[in-house]
Amino acid sequence: FKRFVEIGRVALINYGKDYGRLVVIVDVIDQTRALVDAPDMVRSQINFKRLSLTDIKVDIKRVPKKKDLVKAMEDADVKNKWEKSSWGRKLIVKKRRASLNDFDRFKLMLAKIKRAAVVRQELAKLKKTA
Amino acid sequence: MAPKKPRVTRNPELIRGIGKYSRSQMYHKRGIWAIKAKHGGAFPRHDPKPKPHAPAQKPPKFYPADDVKRPLVNKHKPKPAKLRASITPGTVLILLAGRFKGKRVVFLKQLPSGLLLVTGPFKINGVPLRRVNQSYVIGTSTKVDISGVNVDKFDDKYFAKEAKKKKTKGEGEFFEAEKEEKNVLPQEKKDDQKTVDTALLKAIESVPDLKSYLGARFSLKAGMKPHELVF
Repeated sequence: FKRFVEIGRVALINYGKDYGRLVVIVDVIDQTRALVDAPDMVRSQINFKRLSLTDIKVDIKRVPKKKDLVKAMEDADVKNKWEKSSWGRKLIVKKRRASLNDFDRFKLMLAKIKRAAVVRQELAKLKKTA
Repeated sequence: MAPKKPRVTRNPELIRGIGKYSRSQMYHKRGIWAIKAKHGGAFPRHDPKPKPHAPAQKPPKFYPADDVKRPLVNKHKPKPAKLRASITPGTVLILLAGRFKGKRVVFLKQLPSGLLLVTGPFKINGVPLRRVNQSYVIGTSTKVDISGVNVDKFDDKYFAKEAKKKKTKGEGEFFEAEKEEKNVLPQEKKDDQKTVDTALLKAIESVPDLKSYLGARFSLKAGMKPHELVF
């Protein structure tokens, strides 16, 4: 096990009203629930089953004030680390794909065909020389 | 006469059907006692105007045996269909039914009957100036600049079918008559199509890929969930 539930662990909510939100575990209530907080959210309790732990950790004491939490998150650079991580990037791509317009999907199809044509040309060249 | 002001009641409503003041209190509030005093004890009335003498109606000759049911009065006037917020002039629509199903088409305006006036443009995808019902259409969020197009002359009468000429059926001439029935589009309509389309084509060609987009048909592929698609 590499990712532990601890105070300061950043997690992703994967079920419920706040689906897709990044939160920080701020306190552990009991065996099943944690107190969880994010800069744009009211601090609330959530079941561990609704959380997916990430690699990112923030340096905070138990139940910090909102100001301290925000400062600690900025010091740890949570946003950038998340968006650079492969998990974070995949989520961003998923969101972008879901929001594509019908026209965008058409342009995407044209681009894919173009790329495939270039790849096939190169492959044909390589096959010839082999 | 000065415009009549709506009559205001001086009797506030406690609950529906029950006013605050009794009949005698209202009599006093309205000042009927003062009006009566001014006119010497009686409320002023107008004598009834002599009614114009109605002609004597003869008793009907025929009484039907059974009561004939009359349909109820219906003063309902149909309104033109409310246009969806996503459909504005210049929107690209996807037609869902009919000869041109799947075609992506430019919306021009809503006609007084509620139908939408739509054009391919004809050169791009073969859809002429046509009327289409709002229910059989998906509105995309792609918009074309339609300011250069004048659509004032088109209305429902433009699209009405021409009255069919009556032909006498002769046995021998039957097959020849069939051949002459072909409908040729009047040149005027072809010119209208051209004027609308040339203005549109300029706007369309200014956006890259839009021309081929309008020429392609829409279809659902594997994995596309219509309720999750953003159009």
